[in-house]
Parts: sequence; C-alpha cells; structure tokens
Amino acid sequence: MSGTAHAARHDAPDQPVFVGQVKDKLEALFPSYPTRMACLLPALWMVQEARGWISPDAIAEVATVLGLTPAYVRGVATFYTMYHLHPVGRHFIQVCGTSPCHLCGSDEVMKAILQQTGCGEVGATSPDDRFTVIEVECLGACGFATPILVDDDFHDSVTPERVAGVLARYP
Amino acid sequence: MGFPHPNHPKETIVLSQYFGDADARTYAGWVKRGGYEALKKALGMAPEAIVEEIKASGLRGRGGAGFPTGLKWSFMPKGDHKPHYLVCNADESEPGTFKDRELMRWTPHQLIEGCAIGAYAIGAERCYIYIRGEFTEPWRVMTKAVEEAYTNGALGANVFGTGKRIDIVLHRGAGAYICGEETAMMNSIEGRRGNPRIKPPFPAVAGLFGMPTTINNVETLTAVSHILNRGAAWYKGLCLSSPKSTGTKLFSVCGHIMKPGNYEVTMGFPMKSLIHDLAGGMRPGRRLKAVIPGGSSVPIMNAVEAEAALCDYEGIVAQGSMLGSAGFIVMDDSADIVYEIYRLAKFYAHESCAQCTQCREGTAWTTKILERILKGQGKREDLDLLLDLSEQMTGKTICVLSDSCATPIVSGIKKFPEEFDAYLSRAKAPALAAV
Amino acid sequence: MSDLVNVTIDGVAVAVPKGTTIIEAAKQAGVLVPHYCYHPSLPSPAVCRMCLVDVEKAPKLLPACVTTVAEGNVINVNNEKSKKARESVLEFLLINHPLDCPICDQAGECELQDYVFQEGRANTRYGDYAKRFNPVEDFGPDVLYVANRCILCTRCVRFMESVADEPVLNVSERGDRAFIGIDPDHLLTHPWSGNVVDLCPVGSLISKDFLHKARAWDLDKTASICPGCTQGCNTMIDTRDDIVVRLRPRANLEVNRHFICDTGRADYRWMNRGDRIEAPLVREGGKLIPTDWDHALARLAELTRGARSIVILASGRASTESLGFVRRLADHGTVTAAVKVPLGTEAPLAGVPNLALRKERAPNLDGARLAGYAATWAGALAAAPGADLVLVLDADIDDAEAATLARARSAVVIGTVDDDRIHCANLLLPTTNMAEENGTYVNRDGRVQRYYQAKAAPGMARPAWWIAAEAGHLATGASAPKTAAAAFATLSSSMPGLGGLTYADLGHTGRVVSPATTGAAR
Repeated sequence: MSGTAHAARHDAPDQPVFVGQVKDKLEALFPSYPTRMACLLPALWMVQEARGWISPDAIAEVATVLGLTPAYVRGVATFYTMYHLHPVGRHFIQVCGTSPCHLCGSDEVMKAILQQTGCGEVGATSPDDRFTVIEVECLGACGFATPILVDDDFHDSVTPERVAGVLARYP
Repeated sequence: MGFPHPNHPKETIVLSQYFGDADARTYAGWVKRGGYEALKKALGMAPEAIVEEIKASGLRGRGGAGFPTGLKWSFMPKGDHKPHYLVCNADESEPGTFKDRELMRWTPHQLIEGCAIGAYAIGAERCYIYIRGEFTEPWRVMTKAVEEAYTNGALGANVFGTGKRIDIVLHRGAGAYICGEETAMMNSIEGRRGNPRIKPPFPAVAGLFGMPTTINNVETLTAVSHILNRGAAWYKGLCLSSPKSTGTKLFSVCGHIMKPGNYEVTMGFPMKSLIHDLAGGMRPGRRLKAVIPGGSSVPIMNAVEAEAALCDYEGIVAQGSMLGSAGFIVMDDSADIVYEIYRLAKFYAHESCAQCTQCREGTAWTTKILERILKGQGKREDLDLLLDLSEQMTGKTICVLSDSCATPIVSGIKKFPEEFDAYLSRAKAPALAAV
Repeated sequence: MSDLVNVTIDGVAVAVPKGTTIIEAAKQAGVLVPHYCYHPSLPSPAVCRMCLVDVEKAPKLLPACVTTVAEGNVINVNNEKSKKARESVLEFLLINHPLDCPICDQAGECELQDYVFQEGRANTRYGDYAKRFNPVEDFGPDVLYVANRCILCTRCVRFMESVADEPVLNVSERGDRAFIGIDPDHLLTHPWSGNVVDLCPVGSLISKDFLHKARAWDLDKTASICPGCTQGCNTMIDTRDDIVVRLRPRANLEVNRHFICDTGRADYRWMNRGDRIEAPLVREGGKLIPTDWDHALARLAELTRGARSIVILASGRASTESLGFVRRLADHGTVTAAVKVPLGTEAPLAGVPNLALRKERAPNLDGARLAGYAATWAGALAAAPGADLVLVLDADIDDAEAATLARARSAVVIGTVDDDRIHCANLLLPTTNMAEENGTYVNRDGRVQRYYQAKAAPGMARPAWWIAAEAGHLATGASAPKTAAAAFATLSSSMPGLGGLTYADLGHTGRVVSPATTGAAR
C-alpha cells in the first residue's frame, strides 16, 4: 500500500474504479481465493486507494464485480473502521488512544495535532481540507507510544513537540 | 532483546536475534543466517513426524490461549482429500502487545519459513497470513519477502524442487480487533463481517471456506523453524519453572516503564526482573502500582502479585491473572486505575462485533457507568451494578470479548477499591468534564 | 433404540432423535425455551443468548438453539441460573429499546414484551442515559424499519440471505451502534419479503398495510388456507369487528414452513367487499325479485331437474364441498364442468423446496379435479349457449363471458359479489366467500386442508354446498348435510379420491390424498 493513498481522491466518483490496471489487479487475486466474496476486503482497499474513500457508487460497483448485493457490501464495509465511507481530508491521521498510549500521554499528542492541523475536534476535517484526524483503538505499537498513522505512513514515539515536524511532511 | 535496546544478558535470544538487522529482511540475508534450512529439512520429513516433533517441544500457542501447537496440528484430518488451510494470525490488536509487528518487520522470512513448515505439516497447500490493516510497514515488508520467497523457490508449485506446493497469500485486515479471534478471522478472509462463529464445528473440522483449517499466531509459527533446526529436546529444555511452559517468549512491555520494548526470555522468567532489570523499571521517583500482563483482556495484577509472578502460562495464573498474549501494560503510582479501566471498556465497546446481546449492550453500558464515575457523578451502587453486569457478561457469549471487557473491571474493583472510592466519595476531582 | 437420546428437561424425561437441539427437545417435553434469534426455518446464529440454559455438568450455560442433546443430559430451563441469565439479557435488550408499546403495532404479540412481563426486572438500572436513536426507515413497499426497537436478532437478514436468496438486508456498523441496513436502490421488493415482518420478534419491522389498524388483543384469529394459488399455504386470518385486517402465515412444515408470499398476504380486501348479493334473487317478468330461501331453492331444484345438459362454470376458489355438491346437482344429465384458473408468474422461495407462488392462481384446482371438473374453461364456456342450464359457482365473469352467458337458455349464479354482468341469470343465489365459511381445499400436492370461518356472512348468504345440497334434496330426496363436516364426509365416502377422510382426520396440517398431480386439473 503506497503512502499516496489519497492522492487521487478528486477523481469523478461516478467513474468506475475497476477498469484497466485496477481491474487487472483485482482479477489477479481471484486465483488466491476459492470464492469471489473473499476478494471483498481487498477490493474495498483498492477503491479506497484509488479514490480516497468508498462512495455508494463504488459499493454498488464492488457488488457487481464480485457478484454480491450492495447491501451486503455495505454491511461488511461498515464493520471495518479503516474504510472511509465518507470523504476525508487529503491526509488521514489516526492517533492511538488506548490505555498503554494514554498512560504515555496520547491525550497531549492528540491535543497538539488537533490544534496544529486546525481540525479542532476528533473526527473533523480541517477547513483547508488537508487533514482529517481520528482517535483509533490500539495500533499495536504500544512500546512506541504514541504511534500515529498518517495515510499509510507509521510514525512512532510521537510527542507534542514532534507533531509539527511530522505534519510538515504532508502538504 | 534487540531493537531498539541492546540485548540484555538475561534475555534468551532466539526469535529476536535479528531485530534491527536490516540485512536479515532479505532472502539472501536470511539464507546467510541459516534461514530455510529448517524448511528443507521439513520437506524431507513425513508431516506426522513434524507434528510429533512440535508436540515433543512443548510449544504452545503464543496468541493468548496457550493451546499446545503440535496437538492442534494433529487435529487436522488425514486423507480426506479436501483442501486444508493454514491461517497465520498476524492481526495483533491486543492492547499492550506489539511482538508480532516486530517479528514481521525484522524477520519476515522467519515467519514465511514457519508458515511453510506448518502448512506442509498439516497438509495445506495454502497459507493465508492475516495482517491487521494498521500494520502498513509490516505489510510492505511481508509483501516484499513473500515475492522474494517465490522468486527463490521457497514458495510456489515446486518448493525447493521437492514437487511440493506451498502458497502464501497475504490478506489485509481493515480495522477490527475482533478479527484476531480465529473464527472471526476466517469470516473476515471469506469477505464477511468479522463475527466470531459458534464452535463446534471447530476449525480443524470445518474452518476457512468450510475446510479443515489451523490458525496459529505469528510468534508460534516463527518458533517452528528453530525447533526443527535444534530439536524438540533443546526447546523443551528452555524452561525455568513449569514443565508445561517451554521455550522462549517475547514479552512486550509498555506503559509506565523506562525502556518499553520486546524482551525475549525463557518461560518461567521472574516478572520482577523483567520489569525492573530488563525493561529498566519505573521512572525516577515512581513506584509500581499495577500490571495487566496478557494484553488488556486479563485480570489486573497489583504490584505484589506482579513482582511475585513467574512469566509463563502457569506462573501468572498462580498470581491471579493470565499470560494471554504477554503484553505487559505497566502502571506506576501516577496511573488512574479507574480511568484506564474506563479506557479499556471503551475499547471493547468500540470493538464489539454486535452479535451477542450481553456484549453489544454490556460493553457500552459499563463504559457509560465508568464514565459517570469519572465525571464525579457516580453512585455507591454503581460498583455493585458493574460487578453484576460483568458477571452476566462473562461466559455467556460466543467469543470472549465481553469477558475481556468485564475482567479488568472486576479485578480493578476488587484490587483497587480505594481508587473507585475516591471518585464516589468526591474526594478526588472528576477526571472527565461533566456535561 | 440407539438413535434416540434420553434427556430430562425441567424434570420431564423425553427421548428424542440424535442430533435434536435442546430447544426442540424441550418442546417435546412441553417446555418453551425463550428465544429471539432462533427460528426453526432459519439457520441459527446463537447471538441473542436468550436461550442459554443450564445443562448439569456443563461448565457454562449453553445456547439451547445450537446445542444438541447428549444421552443423560439433565437440562434446567427454569432454574435460578438460567432465569438470571435471561433476566439479564432482557435488561440488556431493554436499555436501548423504547418503551413505546402504547403506539407500537407489535404490542400484545411482542416477544420482548411477553418475556419481560414474564421474567424481566421490574425496574431499569440503566439510569438516565439517552437511548440509542435512529430514524424510521422505509424498507420497501410494505415494510417500515423502526430501528429504535430493533434487538439485532438478525432473523430478517438471515431470511433474505438464506431463504429468499436475495441478501438486501445487512447488519451495519458494530457494537451498540449496529442497526439493520438496506441499500436505498434495492428495497424489500422480493415477492416473499413481507415475511420479515412476521419473523421480527419485536415491533421493529412492521407492515405499512397493517400500520395502526388494530391492537393485537382486539383481533380474532382464524386458521385458514391462502386462496391465492395452488400452493395452499396455511394462514391465519386476523379480523377486527368482523373485518379482515391482516393475513399471516401459519406454520405447516410440509407446505409453507412459516412463510407466505406478499401476493397472498396482501390479497384480502375482497373478503370485506360490501357490494354483495345479500338475498336470493329470482327472475320474474324480466326483473330480479328478492325472495326467501324456500322459494329460491325450489326454483333451483326445478331448473336443474329439467335440464338434460348442464354446464358448470366454477371459481377455483370454491371449496371442495361446494364444488362437490354443485356437481352432484347435475349428476342426472350430461355435465361439462370447469373451474376458472387465473394465471400469473411463478415466484419460488429459493430456500424452501417445493414452495412458490404458483402460476395457477386458484387454491382448489385439485379439489375441482377430484370433484369431476374435467373440462377446460374455454371448452365449458363454448358449451354454455347450447346447454339446458348454466350453473355459475362464484366465478369471475368478464364482459365477453357475460355475453356468452346471456345466450344461455337458462342460467343460475351462486355468487358473492353483485355485478351487472351476472344479472342475465334466471336465479341469483347469495353465497359465502371463503372467509365466511368452513371448507377444504386440495393443494397441488393432493393435500386436503381445512379452513375455518373467520367472519360472518352478509345477509342471507349461505355456503354453496348447503344451497346445492338443499336443492338436491328437493330434486331427488337425497339427504342434505347440515354442516361442512357432514358435507365433506358425504363427499369423501362417495369420491374415491378423498379416501373416506373426515374433518377429524385432517387436523391442522391436512392430509395428502393423492400423489402430486401438478397440472392434472389444468
């Protein structure tokens, strides 16, 4: 997964995703699974990589491509919190806030990020559309508190002081 | 252990030997370090012989349940002419645990080799490695390593010219703690919501895609090549206390600790030494208050229990908790136990899959009660209510997520009543703003 | 008896086949295990946890819906342990369930209400937290989703997925934010989707058609058979103050399991029609004059006795009894008898073998065949103008058919709805519709099934078998039955196809009298 997951998010959402290379990529997965349904999570990732989020049109398209119903696809997509079912800012920031990180000051890191991105509150997108910030549950890097994910880039041991430096890398 | 700290002399370095060594990530680098010899050896053995060797080593599942690995493998049917699957659980999501992440980041081929041996031993031609969606870096490393393994004939239709087929498919999760539960993981791979399944049927009978399946944790599978290389007797000999707990184990230590990180020690190692020597102990002027030793889903230990415990499956049970995934969440005397329990309850409420009533409603309700206590609006009877709800959330549901939410609550109230009292009596200022 | 397992449930010893679940075994012992997600016609997910029961020697309570019994099990459905667990599940379910029973259509037949009343806590411990709120959603032509009442049992999702094979419902989100979701472009338009309303144990999925029509306790319920097609689904007719307000499926595992199609479910308004023939009408001097039954029956006897050739045009909705006795009226002459079969599209329910809304939209084609209605509709119609007498048994007559009927030498209509098209008849006799009488239908598999009178007949209307039998008595002296049961017994003793059955033999699920006869009557 590249670090430029959200680069193409302004593609017209009503254009199909599974054409050309993306279609080839999906079809290359088919032999790895005995059912088409099993390609659902990978297919949703492909949509999100291409568009930055998963629109209702894209859900319908995934359903068609894999022989499922849109309702089924939506039920699965809403189960997994990493799929964006609404548009998000150019860069998506996930800050761990579960107990181990909380013990190490994740609240302060979150505060700094909200302030410096201009997002103001958790879950919001900054007015310049540059960042969306959410608090997530355990990122599995508790020894490197506080870990944050910006798009697909992992940053460990983030402190309030280090926030500005990290953000600067995401114009 | 290695990265980011130098090895401590009291560690027993097996799995973590090449942490921090970037060259070990490459196929050539791994082979230079003796890699893939175990796989070659395994392919020359009968699958049953491998299962016996693993049984003899005493290796137990490192994901949390501690089920004997060889025994689990032996449950797979023989001669049934159905596809078998090995699933490697790399969904490491248990708060406090971050060992599998490092194993994949630094030694991807160690895992690939373990998966290939495991697959061969259970008669599977395909292994799915389910990597949690948030593990972007391990995903990249593993993707590259799997490609390299195919290029070099360690995977594919004709592994090392033996005519045997072993494929590895990396499957990316997308943000769901519960997918670390093995039956939920199978649903997730199948393209479903990650709902745990009712057992029976057990995975070895009808698992992934309805076929016989074995699910093993990353750390479990990485241990396999070492056992084949050095022998079951050697592995079994790595034991400081209970003979039922053998080998080395990676302990993730985090929270209020000077040197957070993964430490590899022999089973039965004293927790006191692990915390105070290896991990550098408390911050200056701080005292140990509590440890949640198994990831967050096990009872909280107070300082006395923690410092008396031996780090193996039996040793931690003897001190009132469980080894679980061996992620130690360490809290010093500055920690607010009530708040941390609330934060964990919130975690479980967020991660409940919504199937079972007690879990769906109970995790959210207990979170609300804890929130109310932290707002300084708690009532005396809230503790009894929490205990009563916790009892009804324990042992009643399909999986143990609900139990996991209740466990820290019950042990917290039992072992740290004064911290709850402080909020209930309004002696302590609210930790959360009242709305 | 190695294939039987002996268990004790709440002190009652029963032997059940190996592989039986505890919940089904308990039924054998006369014990109801309260449950929500379990349904005998759906796969069991064991998620509501309501059916947890104490099995002695088991370390934990076990879900009765998926746990199969083992030899010697001692199961306690109603001991303290099991009851406490249920009380707790009910409490958890209620924290987010609105107490809007006074405005909820399900009240009175709500499984949450019933069980809370039976064994729930008297007071909530939830305190003053706000309950989960989601807006009401339109799920399709006849279904509303009241999300706030939903207990996430997922019966509806499983029905659409496993039974209808059209997974248009899902569980969305997770944890206590979860709800039942639907794609706005793919609503519940499947021809069997209305069953989700019945399957819903609470008032979360409700019928728009039934919305606020009646309180459950004001309804009278009558076992019936769907008159919509040859499938013969078992139904329940719900009436309020003698008006049919709802049709629902009635379980018959051999015919329709627990389901009926939306066409059958919606097709009841004709049962309430007010434009009925309410008195016998006899033609005198070119006009139809109301008369009493004595005169009308005498006229009918006279007309039939004098006819050498008789054509019978019957409704496929007529009971076996009526078809049989009307047919008997013509026994002395040449008879051309047919039933009208409206045709539609077949709509199977994928997950239940041999269950479909059938093309032939009449319930009693096999009953008609047994009673000797062997002609085609077109053939019988063509023969009508040349016959001495045409007997119409409540068949729908269109304009062209009315023109043909008008050319008949003599016509008698035994009918329900008053219609200009049948005013050419010499005699018009008011009869009951199927909701107003007792009777039987024979379905496409030869299953004879009873239906019961659900509402009063209007005016002087009588079952057609009574009319025909009384007229027959006047004509030939044959004794006339006084009840539907006697009418059936008389027919079955003389018609080999019915094999001497009586109403008592039919029970609530019917009896098969002939092997599958698909197409035989068509």
